[in-house]
Amino acid sequence: MAELRSSASAHAAQVLRYYFYYSMAPILELRKLVKHFPGQQAVREISLVIPRGSFFSLLGPSGCGKTTTLRLIAGFEQPTSGDVLLNGEIVNQRQPYERNVSTVFQNYALFPHLTARANVEFGLKRHRATEIDRRVREALELVGLTGKETRRPAQLSGGERQRVALARSLVLQPDVLLLDEPLAALDPKLRKQMRLELKAMQRRAGVTFLLVTHDQQEALSMSDGLAVMNEGRIEQVGSPEDVYLRPRSRFVAGFLGAVNWIGGAGIRPESVRLLAPGDVAPDRHVRGIVTGSVFLGDCVQVLVRLHSGEDTVAQLPRRAALFQPGDPVQLTWSAADEMTFP
Amino acid sequence: MKLRTWFLLPAWLSLVLLFAVPFAIVLAYSFLTRGVYGGIELPWTAESYRRLFDPLYLAILWRSFAMALAATALCLLLAFPAALFISRAARHKNLYLQLVMLPFWTSFLVRTYAWIFLLRDTGLFNTALQALGITHGPLPLLYNDGAVLLGLVYGYLPFMVLPIYATLERLDPALVEAAADLGARPMTTVWRIVVPLSRPGIVAGSVLVFIPCLGAYLTPDLLGGGRTVLVGNLVQNQFTTARDWPFGAAVSIALMALVTLVLVVFLRRESEPLA
Repeated sequence: MAELRSSASAHAAQVLRYYFYYSMAPILELRKLVKHFPGQQAVREISLVIPRGSFFSLLGPSGCGKTTTLRLIAGFEQPTSGDVLLNGEIVNQRQPYERNVSTVFQNYALFPHLTARANVEFGLKRHRATEIDRRVREALELVGLTGKETRRPAQLSGGERQRVALARSLVLQPDVLLLDEPLAALDPKLRKQMRLELKAMQRRAGVTFLLVTHDQQEALSMSDGLAVMNEGRIEQVGSPEDVYLRPRSRFVAGFLGAVNWIGGAGIRPESVRLLAPGDVAPDRHVRGIVTGSVFLGDCVQVLVRLHSGEDTVAQLPRRAALFQPGDPVQLTWSAADEMTFP
Repeated sequence: MKLRTWFLLPAWLSLVLLFAVPFAIVLAYSFLTRGVYGGIELPWTAESYRRLFDPLYLAILWRSFAMALAATALCLLLAFPAALFISRAARHKNLYLQLVMLPFWTSFLVRTYAWIFLLRDTGLFNTALQALGITHGPLPLLYNDGAVLLGLVYGYLPFMVLPIYATLERLDPALVEAAADLGARPMTTVWRIVVPLSRPGIVAGSVLVFIPCLGAYLTPDLLGGGRTVLVGNLVQNQFTTARDWPFGAAVSIALMALVTLVLVVFLRRESEPLA
């Protein structure tokens, strides 16, 4: 009887704990995560909380440790120190097949000997899932791949392969879907289209996405939140607007977009306006000479060399008054658009 | 003549002189009459081929086939884990490969003789077993089918390991990670992903082991002690002690036909596009 009671209370405790974690704990948390490779510190103490149901990005240049971080979460690498927590539980010791996360690999890593359907079924069968047919059909519908079930990966286009990879992971309803540069292998036009689709898929599936990319436009356009990484550390975490408009370091400012450095302050090219030398400049202004211009279709970039010697860029609407090379101009901006760093 | 033709000339010459001509001779012999003191005589006859269907000879062919099949299966069973281990080894890969090829540094004949010294009644194994009190009296390790199978597997194992290793080496490691990521345990990953994708290597290795095993005559001769007659020994016998060259030639042709048949059936199935 005592045994029964204790097992019942243990069960209750387990249910409570589960409920607590599920309602309170972030879906994914990294605590002081460190990974050394021989002769290299890939990840130097990363702490990060990924909100449930969000589209989150790790953004940084190649070699900044973002892919290693992803592999630590997936379980392909073991951390040197620190913890990976899924639903509040430390999963460091768990093998990749024991973690409820799934990865979309950079080159998709589809099984070449299996059809699209069999690729999607693979994980469900490993988990001895029920209603496999229905779930596979729904996953293929979600990614828009109905009708291509019997094709092998070699018979699919790059975009279709990516959809199979997404379906294969999403069908398992992972806590977190890890995406390692998923758009890098696509051609530029398809890449832009897939950004919107990925975002839409994430909303529909209701799964937390963690995207690794070196492409700032990708990260800015899709993410609810992002972490900018550099040399194994996180430089800044925030919303896309936050990191773009209020970068906390010169590195972040420069990595997320072009910056004009004028007297220690950073000003984005699109925050700059050009005036003729005689006009009254309302706010901050400096003088310079136009050295050239670049027509970009939707806008024009005018290159200006300041009297102080710096080269700057002004990104202007196409119909803005055009200046010729050699014209003296005033470069003006509003103090609110200045990015300053300690 | 074009340069290309000149370059191909040695290959063609050796094919004609070393394969086509000898093959034609053997084929012709198989349709001639046995000479009194060996050799061949007229008239032409298909008598040798009729004799092939004697149950005695069919049994030998069948035994050779079964022995080669068993040797191939055992080689595969041993070679696959070894090849997998070598391809996944982080360090010392070349050392392991050298170890696989180490037996080739000595002659096949010498190595086969060495097995006799290990397996015979007063050999290393029996002496050791008795000294340790595990057995009383020698075990019959030599001069039986088991010894022949052991010799074949030992002799041809590297031919299975190397092609499988070559395909495993080209296997994208991300596929193994992807399988684990989707919930597959290591054994499932090996069975569902690694084995199917290394099929070209498995097929190549199996062919490389099966064919020489089917015609093997040295190993069964030495380790079978004359009791285990396989088709290779039959051919040798006909040309030496039995002095029946036409029949020996007919058995050879039958063996070649068998090998060709197996290859055609096997490779046609394998040539289906995979990826």
